[in-house]
Amino acid sequence: MIRSDVLKELQPIISNQLVVCNIGLPSQELHNLDDQPSNFYMLGTMGLASSIGLGLALVQDAKVIAIDGDGSILTNLCTLTTIANNPANNFILLIIDNGSYGSTGDQPTYAGMKTSLAKMADAAGCENVIECSARDTAAVVKDALARERMTIIVSKCESGNIKVPVIDLDAPVIRHRFMEEVARRNS
Amino acid sequence: MSINKKIVADFVRNKIEFVTTVPCKQLAGVIEEIDRSDAIYHIPSNKEDEGMGLCAGSYMGGKRSAIIMQNTAIGVTINTLATLIQYYNIPLPMLISYRGEIGEPIACQVEMAVHTKALLAQMNIPTYHFHEQSDVNELDGILKFSFMAKKPVAILTDASFWQGA
Repeated sequence: MIRSDVLKELQPIISNQLVVCNIGLPSQELHNLDDQPSNFYMLGTMGLASSIGLGLALVQDAKVIAIDGDGSILTNLCTLTTIANNPANNFILLIIDNGSYGSTGDQPTYAGMKTSLAKMADAAGCENVIECSARDTAAVVKDALARERMTIIVSKCESGNIKVPVIDLDAPVIRHRFMEEVARRNS
Repeated sequence: MSINKKIVADFVRNKIEFVTTVPCKQLAGVIEEIDRSDAIYHIPSNKEDEGMGLCAGSYMGGKRSAIIMQNTAIGVTINTLATLIQYYNIPLPMLISYRGEIGEPIACQVEMAVHTKALLAQMNIPTYHFHEQSDVNELDGILKFSFMAKKPVAILTDASFWQGA
């Protein structure tokens, strides 16, 4: 299974959740699959999906899923320490780890070699770290959503992309409709 | 009221409830005051671009945010300022320790100081330079401006400003 297969299986589970989605193809694939005002698409700024997701989770009550990639986590690795030390029970970090920089041509990342992101999250002090197969990811996310505790999920999947159009929404529109959705859920 | 207390009081008056910090010697007192405030959630960052991500998340969650950092961070955060904060129209007051100015003991700090205002100008970021202690009286208006305009603003605070803080 590649990332778009994982997203397809996740779609019914996360469609109604607040999702902060990583730059590039992950956001484009999610947008193409199931555009929702509750999705915050990152159009730039590689690496900050987990930070945005944590900031959002810490200040309001609705559940937040940050969908990140292995390459993006590696570029902002210190995020794992911030997440560990500022736990938010409504926060799920889903790292789709396909061992490659998908949006730039599938160049390999170190997470696909000797480096284990799950072990790094664990060493950073994160308490509920689950590494799972691509096939089990939807069930693991569903289970994490049912619990009141912060969970870090590393979904190991195969490298590969599908052809999807770029996102044509303006950034302030994405932000505005997302904020309205956040406010609605907290009213 | 000390400068540190005045800054935090202005943050609170402007409903800033989430502040991230990367430390600097000059900022130690204000960071301590932020930590002490019950009205503000203080979340230290490892790196300033990470901090801006946290601030963006907090703002979208309905809580106004701000970042406290050194001017060297401008070098770290240009991409984040352009493609996250400015691109999505996110207000972000940046209280910045302006190292490398008159009174600086460490020569290397001057190397980023000479680029700081030029970089901020290139980014079209409204920039204010606090040199006299009384300059702090402008802070309330600057914060209001940032949230009204939904733009990042830079408040550069130099060694003279912090003297006797």
